[in-house]
Amino acid sequence: MAIELNGQTIPTDEEGYIQDLSQWSPELAEVMAQEDSQELTEQHWEVINFLREYYDEYQIAPAVRVLTKQIGKRLGPEKGNSKYLYELFPYGPAKQACRYAGLPKPTGCV
Amino acid sequence: MNDEFDEDAASTIKRFMFVNRKAPHGTIYALEALEVVLISAAFDQDVSLAFLDDGVLQLRKGQDAKAIEMKNFAPTYRALEGYDIEKLYVERESLEARGMTADDLVVPVEVVDRARMSALMSEQDVIMSF
Repeated sequence: MAIELNGQTIPTDEEGYIQDLSQWSPELAEVMAQEDSQELTEQHWEVINFLREYYDEYQIAPAVRVLTKQIGKRLGPEKGNSKYLYELFPYGPAKQACRYAGLPKPTGCV
Repeated sequence: MNDEFDEDAASTIKRFMFVNRKAPHGTIYALEALEVVLISAAFDQDVSLAFLDDGVLQLRKGQDAKAIEMKNFAPTYRALEGYDIEKLYVERESLEARGMTADDLVVPVEVVDRARMSALMSEQDVIMSF
């Protein structure tokens, strides 16, 4: 599988995660979201940007439980809960948001 | 999480120790162990990690694995705290044999001597050695 962006072909795995993390751009996230008919609001970007920072620091995509807890610490308890995050990312906050963020699928996520 | 469920689970918590004995990049053991540890965090068990022999090198600061085309996953040990895995034991004798101290490591750990490590191991329900 692959995504076309500005005349460039970006390869992905069978679940749509990009394979070369350096090929990520905010535009790529927008294209992925459009394919899911998902609009990316500022609230979505808060989570996507958080995930990119987390990956940069720890070299892994966080498990959903860890993501929820850390978002709560960073952005407040009204955002650090499953309900809020699942409303933003109905396919699963860790799974879907990590894909848009250009990260690998979280470890232990099936 | 559902409180009722947690209460039930409390009675079945086991003590798991993951023992790391190999250098980080020459084999897949260190990375595989780390992945198992991260997954185990989802099951609310009592998890600890032990680093012995060349395993202490997994935690060494300033690793650069580019030339051998491996990812430097040492920063991931710092994520363990966020997964509520806070018990990292490093054997003093293994550090000393490699000219290292706790200051050479990427995360805060508890340095224990061989006898204490042995005692910790005997307290576990499950030990997995990598």
